[in-house]
Formats: sequence, structure tokens, C-alpha cells
Amino acid sequence: MSAVRDVWRNLPLKAKIGTVLFAMFVLAAIIGPELAPYDPSYQNPDPALLMAQPSARHLLGTTQTGQDVLSQVLVGIRQTMLLAIVVGVFATAVSVIVGVTSAFLGGVWDELLSLVSNVFLVIPALPLLVLLLGYLSGKGQWPTIIVLSVLGWPWGARVVRAQTLMIRNRDFVAASRESGERTWRILAFEIIPNEVSLIAASFVNTVLYAIGASVALAFVGLTDLNSWSLGTILFWAQSNQALTLGAWWWFVPPGLAVALIGTSLVLLNSGIDELGSPRLRASRGAAKIAGHKIWGTDPTPVLAQLTADRSGIGEFLHSFSRDSLLDKTPAGGDLR
Amino acid sequence: MRPILEISDLSVAYRAEGGDVRAVEHVDLTLNPGEVVGLCGESGSGKSTLAYGATRLLRPPALVTSGSVRYYGNRITHGGDPVDLLTMTHRELHAMRWREIAIVFQSAMNALNPVLRVQDQILDAVHAHLSMSKQEAREKAAGLLDLVGIPRGRLRAYPHELSGGMRQRVMIAMALAADPEVVIMDEPTTALDVVVQRDILSQIVELKERLGFAVLFITHDLSLLLELADRIAVMYAGRLLETGASGDIMREPAHPYTRGLLNSFPSLRGPRRDLAGIPGSPPDLRDPLPGCPFIPRCGFAVPACEAVDMTLEMVGGVKAVKGPIGHLTACPIVTPEMSQEGVLS
Repeated sequence: MSAVRDVWRNLPLKAKIGTVLFAMFVLAAIIGPELAPYDPSYQNPDPALLMAQPSARHLLGTTQTGQDVLSQVLVGIRQTMLLAIVVGVFATAVSVIVGVTSAFLGGVWDELLSLVSNVFLVIPALPLLVLLLGYLSGKGQWPTIIVLSVLGWPWGARVVRAQTLMIRNRDFVAASRESGERTWRILAFEIIPNEVSLIAASFVNTVLYAIGASVALAFVGLTDLNSWSLGTILFWAQSNQALTLGAWWWFVPPGLAVALIGTSLVLLNSGIDELGSPRLRASRGAAKIAGHKIWGTDPTPVLAQLTADRSGIGEFLHSFSRDSLLDKTPAGGDLR
Repeated sequence: MRPILEISDLSVAYRAEGGDVRAVEHVDLTLNPGEVVGLCGESGSGKSTLAYGATRLLRPPALVTSGSVRYYGNRITHGGDPVDLLTMTHRELHAMRWREIAIVFQSAMNALNPVLRVQDQILDAVHAHLSMSKQEAREKAAGLLDLVGIPRGRLRAYPHELSGGMRQRVMIAMALAADPEVVIMDEPTTALDVVVQRDILSQIVELKERLGFAVLFITHDLSLLLELADRIAVMYAGRLLETGASGDIMREPAHPYTRGLLNSFPSLRGPRRDLAGIPGSPPDLRDPLPGCPFIPRCGFAVPACEAVDMTLEMVGGVKAVKGPIGHLTACPIVTPEMSQEGVLS
């Protein structure tokens, strides 16, 4: 438990914000539909509730057909998050398997797998998605998940391959090969742990891509429009002219949710990077010594100067910090 | 004589969560023009921290907590008062570095950029500190390689195309680019075999004679210093234990630690004997014990050692003038008359 707390304390602020934000959306995805006050598809016949402003009974207002927007958003978050995470897991798993094996085995296998990932890389994704989903729409989310997974892995595979090529030539891999470890063991226990931060970053990126792509596809109507995802809400809002009718409560909440999920993932990504390479963390930013910020490129600070040119207010504020206890007994001062 | 660099009462600490790690404590060290001073100590004794702290090259959390580092070079002071490196601004330091005080870094392998030609790296050093035309600079770079005995043709080589010894020579050539007054050498020969090591050392001495710079030579190899250095300073746990002319140190080491070091390697001449070494390991610098830091490993230790204040005093009990002149030791307990052999083994 304390290990978790240590990791958390060492995270930079933006990563903390990202984690909290993302956790909120995961929570919303898990319990959101249970909290939804209405069935998102239920069309309230009451004419007063057609495109009604937010009120106590409908916190985010209603749509043109009297559906509750809050319920739609809560259900939609689950759908969108589920899709994005499933795509992320699939695509990342494929990219790790392809990237690591092609780099580690080398030779013909490398050529073959690189060729495949290059082919997938140059396939124009959007037209293909439009084409495929045009045929497959009306069967729930699975067609979207499959198509996005199939198109989402090559970037990660290229990056993982490059990293593996580098690690493969390190001495500890040669040593484990020499000691008779099996290939799969070397891959799973020697190489992949060195790439954890890379893989995590690639996962987060893929999730981000899946959310963006799925919302965009749903927005243009290329998905099962009977299920509620953030994209389909936006589709219905757009096709019913929510913007021209001034029904902001219809499109702002789902749009904001998409934007916030994306933001949280970007923030999370930068945190993972620093978590994975401690050296990056050490060189980040300035160290605080005796209440002064010292950057890595500054000359070595001199205590006498640091304490001399501090202003009265700075001195006062510094006296509250835990750091100031260190100044009272300068190193070696009491020994001589 | 006017010294060139005078470090006095220098303390450097690494500020850590659990308190300061006192890596260098109240060290006085003087460097005279044209002199080779050897700074010797085991790993973690603070010898590199002393050199880099005095030139203010240490990165946070390092912090200079006391002392002064006076530089007397004529190009800066014009014969007047010395300047203090510890009160200089970033810019003033920039003007000092390389032109006045140059450094040969520890591992030439890592200090040279693997993707740039040797020529470009020397030119970088030249252009950063001297204003001269491209043609002159190139000529200067070739001249520097001549100086360290590398054929001019190797200017266009990449670092990986040079041997370890040649790379170290390139580092020395770069350090001499701006004709510095002081050259700090941080274990420049550690990764090399003894033959190449010897070669480079004699080259350093020869260059010093010709160009007249002073050398602060950092190493853990006391036997090497006995040959090379004019004066030797022995460091342990962040403190200077003994300084003196290398002949004095070799003939009659005063501090038990120095005696231990001298007993750790065989001498070529003289009788065969068992090597003693020094048992134990250095103390924790975060929580220093009172008195002499060497007590736990010292064969001569007596209760009075805990009251020793670690100031350097003339060997033989004569009260010294401040500043290390002559043969000084921090140990008032052990006198030269006490047996040299047997106690530590």
C-alpha cells in the first residue's frame, strides 16, 4: 500500500489531475447507468418536456422527443468507455506481440511482420471505416470495436519493435540466453518489463484514438444508432438541429465528456512516461534548496548567498517550510 | 609565492530528505602555479565532490555550505585581489570555465559525443571561448592534437574509431584548448591499462612543463601520485587527513590512513612483505561520529581520538601557519616515531 502511495506522491501534478479525472469517468461508466433516473430511450409524451431546459426533474434537460439527456449521457459514457478500453486492450496486445516477436526473432519473421504492419499503416483508415461500418451498422458496438482494433495496432507495433531492437542487444539479454532461458521467457520477463512505460503510453494513446474515432463515426451516423453512446447522442442532437434551436444542454454535456476523457488520457500519458523512467523524473524541474529554486544548469548554489539575498517576505515564508530546519544546522557547522 | 587557486574551509553537502550528506567538510587546499597536486582517496571520500564543488559544477541537491575558492590568475585579476568563485554569477563563471580552469573528465568514453567528429568537438571548445576565424580554429585544433601526440589525420575520426588512450588524449587536448591556468583531471587514466596510463602521465607532465599550467589530479591510486605529483592531499570521509610533498608522504606517512594506503600496494624495490590493506569500509556521511572519521578502522585508535578536531597541523607537533605548507596531518595521536609496520595488519 505504501508503494502505491509513494508512486502517487512522485507523480507530477498534471498526471494526478489526469488520474483523478479518468478515474471519475471509469466510475461513471461502472455505476452511471444504475444512477440514471430514466430509461434513456423513454420518450416522455408530456408536451411540456419536449426540448425542456434543465430543471430539478431533468437535471440536463430533455431532447426533442422528451428523452432525459442526463440518463443518455450516463449510459453513453459506459458504452464509449467500454468500447475504447476494449479497443485499447486488443490493439495494444496485438502491437506488443507483433512488435516484440518481429524485433526479437529478426530475419524473415521481421520482414514479414514489418510488411504486414506497414500495409496496415498505409491503409487509409477513415474511408475503410466508413465503408465497413456502412455494411455492418445495426449490430451493436462490436463491428466498430473490431474495425478500430484491426486498424489501431500498427503504430504501437512499430514503436515497440524499435525499442525491442535496442534492448535485444543489451548484455542482460545475451546473458539470459546464455543461461538457457526459453525464448518466450526472455520475451516475457526480460524484455517486456523494460517496455512497460512504452506499452502503457501506447495503450493510453490507442484508447484516445478509439474514443475520437468512435465518437466521430457515430456522429456521422456510422454505428448502431439504437444504442446510446456519447457519439450517438451527438448524432441525434445534430440531426435534430439542437444547435440552431439553442438547446445547449443537449450537445454540451456529451461533448464536454468526450473532451474531458481525452484530456485526462493526455495528462495520464505524460505521467506514465515519468513513472517509467526515474531519470526523467530526477531531471525534471528545479530543486528547492533553502527556499530557492535551483535548476540543473545553474552553478552549484552557495548557502551563504542563498540566505543572504532573500527578501524579508521570502525569509518569513521560508521559515514555515520544513526545509528551513536544514538551514539552522548547516552541514558540518556544529562539528568544528 | 602567490598561489593560483586557494580553496579554504570548503564544505559541500548533498541535501537529502533525511538530512545533509556532508560530502566535503572544511577542506583547505592550495594550488601553486605549475604544480601538480594529487588528491587521493577511496571511492566516496569526496575527492570529486571537492573539485566539482569548488568549480561549482555540481547539480542540485548539492550545496556549498561554507568556505571560499579564490582564484589568482593574472588574466582575471591583473595582479590585484583574487576573485572568489563562490560569489560569482553564472556569467562570470562561464568566462572562467575552460579559459582559466579546465577539466578533463573521468571517462572519455562518455564525455565525447559519439556522433560528432573529434574535430567538431575540439572546435566547439575553441569557438566557445576564443574568438578566431574558422581557418585559425581548425589550425588550432590540429595543433592541439599535435600537442598530445595524435596524428592530424585523426581529426576527422569519430570517437569510436579511436582507442581508449587516444580518446583520453583528445579530452586532454580539449582541456588545453584555451590555454588554462589550472587543469583539473578527474581520474583521467582509470579505465586504461598501465602502459597507456604511464604514457599519458608522462605526456601530462611534459605538457605542464611546456605550458606552465597547474594540475589538480584526482585519483584513488596513491602509487601513481607518488610518481606524478609534487604534493599529495589524502582525503577520507570528506576531510583532508594529510597533505605534504609526495616524497615526505612516501617516506614517512603521518596519518594511519595514509600508512594503510601505502601498505595496500607492493613496492618494486625493498623487501618482500605481506600487503595489509585497510579493513572495514568508510563511515556514513549523513551522521558523522565525533572526532576523527577513521576511528572504526584505525589500528592506533585511542579514546582521545574522539576529541580530535581534524585541523591540519605540522607533523611533529609544531603549530602550523594556516594554509597547507610543508607536511601536515590531521592526526595528533600518531607520531612519526611510532612503528610503521605491524600495527595495521
